[in-house]
Amino acid sequence: MATTALFFVFAGLAIACAISMVYHKNPLYSAISLIGVFVSLSVLYVTLAAPFIAAVQILIYAGAIMVLVVFVIMLLNMEEDKPLNRLRYLYAIGGGLGLILLVQTFFVFYAVMRAPKQAVNTEETIGKTMSIGTAMYTEYLLPVEIVGILLLMAIIGGVILVRKLSQPQMESMVERELERRHEGEDKDDYRIAL
Amino acid sequence: MEPSLASYLALSGILFTIGAVGVIFKRNAIGMFMCIELMLNAVNLTFVAFSRYYADVTGQLFVFMVMSVAAAEAAVGLGIIISFFRNRVSVDVDDASILKN
Repeated sequence: MATTALFFVFAGLAIACAISMVYHKNPLYSAISLIGVFVSLSVLYVTLAAPFIAAVQILIYAGAIMVLVVFVIMLLNMEEDKPLNRLRYLYAIGGGLGLILLVQTFFVFYAVMRAPKQAVNTEETIGKTMSIGTAMYTEYLLPVEIVGILLLMAIIGGVILVRKLSQPQMESMVERELERRHEGEDKDDYRIAL
Repeated sequence: MEPSLASYLALSGILFTIGAVGVIFKRNAIGMFMCIELMLNAVNLTFVAFSRYYADVTGQLFVFMVMSVAAAEAAVGLGIIISFFRNRVSVDVDDASILKN
């Protein structure tokens, strides 16, 4: 009973925070709403008897990824989102896509509701850290190593992307680029902030 | 008594829908990035719910993989956003039109 109450409270909170994230124009408000979604999802993982995933959700999503996002928002000092000034048909596409996905969701809901009841396996040891760790380093060792290589690639890619070339090097690169686009009709366009 | 599998799937579907619509409506790159994170989280919820109702640890393991991919995506995506901002002084995706002509 308590689980059901927790589910409804935090499901409602997650949906409200998600809507507020899409609704707010200020990226910082969106980020804080998204942290609300992550925390409510973490509570839902606890109701699903997955305490390890709940802890990792807070540590990685709310602790690492969102801090990075908020840091970038502060660093770039962005203005508020402009209203959609062109491509108005995007509203139609977005609304249609949302409608299709919602219909699909309710179809899945009814299909699963009407399916013959299976005996729910309420074994509580599944979500424990030890069983996850055992499975991770025996049966699923290859995916774990692939993820390790992926993270290494992300580190190298991030460093190369954000690396700032030294000023003379950067300027000579821009000069070469402008020469290549003969006589630089839109010179001013590319030189901002270099 | 526990909430049924269907209610978790419905919540996950609703969150995914909000994320997908948000990607289309948002104009700034960081907003789109956050909507993508929301969609990844909706999928994670499905994984954990099925893992619970079939008593199989694989679902929770792959949630872990999805989180690692999201972290890698955050590093590279924010790097791209910063270097875009350096060249254009904007994070509006409509300004990313150098390749248009």
